[in-house]
Amino acid sequence: MKQLSTRAKWAWALITIFVLAYALFPIVSIFATSFKLPSQLNLGLFWPKTWTFVNYEEILAPGGSAQTLFLSSLRNSIGICLIATGIAVVLATLAAYAIARLDFPGKRLVLLTALGVSIFPVISIVTPLFNLWRNIGLYDTWLGLIIPYLSLTLPISIWTLAAFFRQIPWELEQAAQVDGATTWQAFRKAIVPLAAPGVFTTALIAFFIAWNDFVYGISLTSTDRARPVPAALAFFTGASQFEEPTGSISAAAIIVTIPVVILVLLFQRQIVSGLTQGAVKG
Amino acid sequence: MTTVADKKPDLHDAAAKAGRSDRARSEARLGWLLAGPAFVVMLAVTLYPILQAFYDSLFNFRLTAPDDKSWTGLTNYSVVLTDPLFWQALGVTVFITVTTVIVELLLGFGLALVMHRAITQLRGLLRTAILVPYGIITVVSAFAWFYAFDINSGYINHWFDWVPGISPDLNWFAQQGTSLFVIIMSEIWKTTPFISLLLLAGLSQVPTELEEAAEVDGATWWQRLTRVVLPNMKAAIMVAVLFRALDAFRIFDNVFIMTNGANGTEVLSLLAYRTSIGRLEIGLGSAISVLLFLCVILICWVAVKLFKVDLAGGARGAG
Repeated sequence: MKQLSTRAKWAWALITIFVLAYALFPIVSIFATSFKLPSQLNLGLFWPKTWTFVNYEEILAPGGSAQTLFLSSLRNSIGICLIATGIAVVLATLAAYAIARLDFPGKRLVLLTALGVSIFPVISIVTPLFNLWRNIGLYDTWLGLIIPYLSLTLPISIWTLAAFFRQIPWELEQAAQVDGATTWQAFRKAIVPLAAPGVFTTALIAFFIAWNDFVYGISLTSTDRARPVPAALAFFTGASQFEEPTGSISAAAIIVTIPVVILVLLFQRQIVSGLTQGAVKG
Repeated sequence: MTTVADKKPDLHDAAAKAGRSDRARSEARLGWLLAGPAFVVMLAVTLYPILQAFYDSLFNFRLTAPDDKSWTGLTNYSVVLTDPLFWQALGVTVFITVTTVIVELLLGFGLALVMHRAITQLRGLLRTAILVPYGIITVVSAFAWFYAFDINSGYINHWFDWVPGISPDLNWFAQQGTSLFVIIMSEIWKTTPFISLLLLAGLSQVPTELEEAAEVDGATWWQRLTRVVLPNMKAAIMVAVLFRALDAFRIFDNVFIMTNGANGTEVLSLLAYRTSIGRLEIGLGSAISVLLFLCVILICWVAVKLFKVDLAGGARGAG
């Protein structure tokens, strides 16, 4: 690594400041808004004049105006997204294993279908599902969201995992068997440790995509029973009818953003490799 | 090898072929056994609904009067296609798509270069920062930008009141141009990381020897970029543009949160949503859904046929 000149150091410092400002500005902005007193929202200031937790109390404390709405939507979002991610990752692991290791007619078809599904306009699926779910009782239920969420989580899981699996040196399995391991031992000791990071990264990316959904959430639910966080944010109301829900929406936005930031901090390397490998390969 | 086969063609060859096709058959069976469930689920959650939407679009069908469902053929399509609102929504959608794709391509390429070249000490920090918007919920991004510009809770008007046209009284969400500006800003902020990761993948496939050779030959930085790097990552750029264009074309969240389609900011997805879910006009809404789907197919077709985007590159790599 060559020594950096002073000019290059300054250039990198400037670039870093610019990138950090770009990436974090809107988050810091809504963070600041979430600590403003409702009466001081209109001062035109970036930072709160008086810092307050009142907005967080509205959504978290018992008796807060948006507490039931927010907490139930948080539970719905976590549950629905985890289940939709789990199902997608299991199905995609099987499919990606077949794509990476076996030669069978229709392999291309499976990958192209995944591609097609991932660019499908979500709203085109919503109208028929809305009608069907109302008829068969899936409207406003967890299952009624988990099924369409598979259209978001499954294709990306198949692509990402297939890319990961193609890089695994599968000969290791045979080598372990030659050394006297049973088939199961060879798979568990040689392959699983190599495949697990890929499966985990895929699950993370799929979860982000499901967590982000708004169209299904707002179209296929009507109450606390199944409404996920992004849809719930659009239904917040102020403490009184004269008050805008600005503060409580900002506080809720910060609470659902913190886990994302932590996950990105912890798994930055894996997410980047997962997204770049799954995306352009060949 | 060939000579051996020539000498004893019958038995040996036939046995080998039979063995191979047996193996091939069992491999094909196992392949479909493993990939089948995922394949069926994908078809079930997309192919079935779009066929149902096409079927519903041929009926005069309102959920407010479900018993009056009657066959109307293509009437719904002519109603939609002769409605100026549809064409306006299409125009706004195309405008947002084109603007965001162009800006994101430039900004995303800059960010990809930064991530690609970053010195080791900064690489983790920069990549983490760039990934943050990718992980943020679009609705959260929409609220963040909305509150920053909003005439009541915002501070942008105060910060930029020295810019001609911006004053504390400017209501960004009261007219089309300024509303679209904020919507596009939020869209760009949230989705540029994705395009820049696709471009990063393309950048890392450019052989370093080529760049070094050009440097030795005295090429400037700009010449290396335009003559060596960009031509070598054309495929990645095309795929990134197509993916982003298709994603931008279904924009919904930002518009819903900021203006809900008011003041000439209606987009196609929102129009479909309000027709079927809002007004319960399933027939008309399905027609819009089908038209939106056809637009996406058309964009893909143009990209693949005219610009020769190799979408199946990954699929071929699998073979």
